[in-house]
Amino acid sequence: MIDVEHLSKAFGKNLVLDDISEHISQGEKVVIIGPSGSGKSTFLRCLNLLETPTSGKITFDGVEITSPNTDIDKMRRQMGMVFQHFNLFPNMTIRRNITLAPVRTKLMSKEEADETATTLLKRVGLEDKADAYPSQLSGGQKQRIAIVRALAMKPKVMLFDEPTSALDPEMVGEVLAVMKELADEGMTMVVVTHEMGFAREVGTRVLFMADGKIAEQNTPAELFGNPQCERLRTFLAKVL
Amino acid sequence: MDVDKLYESLAEIPVAELSGWQDAFMKFYRAWFYEDRWKSYFEGLVTTIEVTVIALAIGVVLGLLVAMIRTAHDQQRPERRNFILGVLNFIARIYVTVIRGTPMLVQLMIMGFVIFANSREFTMIGALSLGINSGAYVAEIIRGGLMSLDVGQTEAGRSLGLGYIDTMRFIVIPQAFKAILPALGNEFIVLLKDTSLISAISGKEILYFAKAISSRTYEYMFPLYITALMYLIMVIIFSALQSKLERRLRQSDRR
Repeated sequence: MIDVEHLSKAFGKNLVLDDISEHISQGEKVVIIGPSGSGKSTFLRCLNLLETPTSGKITFDGVEITSPNTDIDKMRRQMGMVFQHFNLFPNMTIRRNITLAPVRTKLMSKEEADETATTLLKRVGLEDKADAYPSQLSGGQKQRIAIVRALAMKPKVMLFDEPTSALDPEMVGEVLAVMKELADEGMTMVVVTHEMGFAREVGTRVLFMADGKIAEQNTPAELFGNPQCERLRTFLAKVL
Repeated sequence: MDVDKLYESLAEIPVAELSGWQDAFMKFYRAWFYEDRWKSYFEGLVTTIEVTVIALAIGVVLGLLVAMIRTAHDQQRPERRNFILGVLNFIARIYVTVIRGTPMLVQLMIMGFVIFANSREFTMIGALSLGINSGAYVAEIIRGGLMSLDVGQTEAGRSLGLGYIDTMRFIVIPQAFKAILPALGNEFIVLLKDTSLISAISGKEILYFAKAISSRTYEYMFPLYITALMYLIMVIIFSALQSKLERRLRQSDRR
């Protein structure tokens, strides 16, 4: 589904991603872990070109998205993204946050989008917040809305960039529950996170990144149970 | 009390024998009542408002255009630099640099005495010059507002598949507008007061008439005080309207 070939990204002279090649298949739940500064967020943001790769090729569903001739807006409609800081639009109601993109991109009529919003809000238990503004919600609620907003575009893959890192501890659970449910429904997911419990429980594959490279990858059970490289062992010793 | 009769009776007394208050009254009468001179100030006031409105419209349109070009240029993806945008950005930067780097009065005189030396439409030339001047400042205000917004807002819009224009229109500009309103109001006040400069190229605003009256009475104090007071009242009224608008915009936050 997503093919990454020789992806490199440098900010000035600072090489953040160093020649990464990786394949993500449909239905996989790939969890990316690693120390901060290892390039995991940058890697994720390259997948929908929020960061422009310095070199390398990314193909999504057979379309080379790194090609200058690709309509990137069209490709992004099929890739939902959830941010660490939610990034809800504070000048709009929750309903409008959710329906803006589907309506403007002509994916749905206004009525369809409203209906989709209501259905999705019910699913995350926030249907009574449809007419509220983001500033009236808690962090956990905001992040659930952000997930709903991305889902309203009916994406083929969901990218999560540390979705629980900015939350108070007691709100982490409600967001992870929504993500887990999404995983159970078969959504293809790429998740950058520090939640090792989530990685172990939901992930089909875990990538450990260090110094701009994927230093080790395996099934969660193997990666956590039997880490091979020294970097991973020290990392796990610190976080577990 | 009838001011005209008082003036006539005092006019018969030699100037040296007038008391301080009587002298002040005579000067004020000549600056305001004599030959219905007060009408000139109001004629100037109308011109001032006209010039302000025209200059404001030019300034906002020009400013928005320049700000959009500059931010669009700066936010391009590095491997997809648009050549036309590059040229436009270069022109925009020269415009902002030249306008901000030279005095308003000099710009006004260049427009009035050099570029449009053969035109008699002094007031319109004044409005045009002020609009072009204001545009450069408005552009920087708007650009600041657009850049002050968390980049996550743009990223969220773009990640949903919205294009650049839609992201600006629905997400960035409405939020930026609220942030820049105080600075924009300030710029408007500066513009309003700068209309007094167009008297230097014979633009017929308040100060032009005040100077005309002074040159006949050889008395500057009252015409200038009257001019100052008229500007002050306009600015006070505008400031009140502005804070009312700001309060209303803030209320929508708390809903």
